[in-house]
Amino acid sequence: MSLAPRLPERPGAEAVAAKGWLAAHRWLLLRRASQIFFLALFLTGPWFGVWITKGTLASSLTLGILPLSDPFIELQSLLGGHLPTLTAITGALIVLAAYLLVGGRAYCSWVCPINPVTDAAHWLHRRLGFSKGWQPRRTTRLWLLGLALLGSAVTGTVFWEFVNPVTIFHRTLVYGLAGGWFVILAIFLFDLVVSRRGWCSHLCPVGAFYGQLNRFALLKVSARGRAACDNCMDCFAVCPEPHVITPALRGTGPDGSPVIRHFDCTNCARCIDVCAKDVFGFAIRSDRSEVSVRPHLAPES
Amino acid sequence: MAPISPERRRFLENGFRAAAGAACAGLVIGLLGERARALPPTALRPPGALPEDAFLSACVRCGLCVRDCPYDTLRLADLLDGPAAGTPYFIAREVPCEMCEDIPCLAACPTGALDPALTDIAQARMGLAVLIDQETCLNWQGLRCDVCYRVCPLIDEAITLEMQPNPRTGVHALFIPTVHSEACTGCGKCERACVLEEAAIKVLPLAIAKGELGAHYRWGWKEKEKAGQPLVEGIIDLPDRAPPGALPGGRSEP
Repeated sequence: MSLAPRLPERPGAEAVAAKGWLAAHRWLLLRRASQIFFLALFLTGPWFGVWITKGTLASSLTLGILPLSDPFIELQSLLGGHLPTLTAITGALIVLAAYLLVGGRAYCSWVCPINPVTDAAHWLHRRLGFSKGWQPRRTTRLWLLGLALLGSAVTGTVFWEFVNPVTIFHRTLVYGLAGGWFVILAIFLFDLVVSRRGWCSHLCPVGAFYGQLNRFALLKVSARGRAACDNCMDCFAVCPEPHVITPALRGTGPDGSPVIRHFDCTNCARCIDVCAKDVFGFAIRSDRSEVSVRPHLAPES
Repeated sequence: MAPISPERRRFLENGFRAAAGAACAGLVIGLLGERARALPPTALRPPGALPEDAFLSACVRCGLCVRDCPYDTLRLADLLDGPAAGTPYFIAREVPCEMCEDIPCLAACPTGALDPALTDIAQARMGLAVLIDQETCLNWQGLRCDVCYRVCPLIDEAITLEMQPNPRTGVHALFIPTVHSEACTGCGKCERACVLEEAAIKVLPLAIAKGELGAHYRWGWKEKEKAGQPLVEGIIDLPDRAPPGALPGGRSEP
């Protein structure tokens, strides 16, 4: 049995030294900006009276014309015995198409309001040096996904919506409710104390649903500069789903492709940020090209 | 039977554990859902809402109906409110439905949980007004309050005043507010307007307010009218057994 290398204490420090702070946090900053942007679309109306998007992530209307609906919720509704009207079906298809382009779980890291909560919990978790805690199998979320669909069919309801923290939190913010804050506190404490990266990376069936879109999605992260990898392990340390990296980085996948094909990848692109060797970059799923050394890292001639 | 290999055993154990975990989660969520199914009697759904069972599979809790309600009648249920969290409802005593002719809440619904088949707000059935307490209703005491009747958007259709003798004075009339379910939309204006501390007339969800005849039951006189003749020929007219001196019809000898 080989001894796994220890994960670095301060992942990204090397990248900051090599590329500068801003370049080593570029995608993280973009991602936070995206999360704020998508939240702001819904909040400018109730807060300032400037209506851009009405509704919640479950279903919304943007600028009075663009309907968007969560395909996972509409699927549960359908299984629950309700045939949604054309508006909801159109909205769900638009969302499906969008995530087939940018990667299903891009929803998790670029849009979902729970992500900043669990990211904060994880940041604190690392600072406090807590142990992993309870680590349910990563496939548990697939069971919960099955449960959400089966539950909808059996009880004739939109089953997961009784407890879904994603929409509960979003609703709480957008409609100024109170109860949702307790759910968020629970998720935060769960991730901080009970289970490291417990919710988003192990349990959430919403992420599991969008992960299924990842099987066909176009935009991927590729370890195309893997030849330059020096095994510093920084990418593994920051990745919320580190098991997705190995097949691409080490070429141990079925076809040895450098593209991260695993459906758990959230396209958060933090690996691109923290790699001092610029191993990672966005690519189309079929793009198997590799670069040996990135131009700006080549030694001066 | 060959002994189970350790790998297979672990595989089965993990699968069983995950399935059992999911089942536990399912039970908890199922119980929450069951609780949400019982809508509190004061919570009314927006116009056109599907029957409660169908509503829970159709409503995605986006709140678009709430946003487009011009009178802030509708609100979204918070986690600790009675109705399923995130679903829309209103409390008639606080803000009743103004029965907008263009039904903006319904137009906003993306899923059909508010049924687009409803085009005439007068056909909405959000609930049914019930004069629930005769002991405090002023009209029942012989006063002419009439407020519920006056504010009714379908005055003389959904609520009428039915006159009957006032037995307390013997010479006056009682004007009884009487709700007709074939016209009442359940908008709640009567409950909102009731002058009492606690309304004597209340709008309740139809499932609570309305009785339902057994499917087999027939009103004899209606069947007779429909058939144009008695349904059973030659009913035997039994002899009246009245006390000596009494006349048919309960009158006594003058």
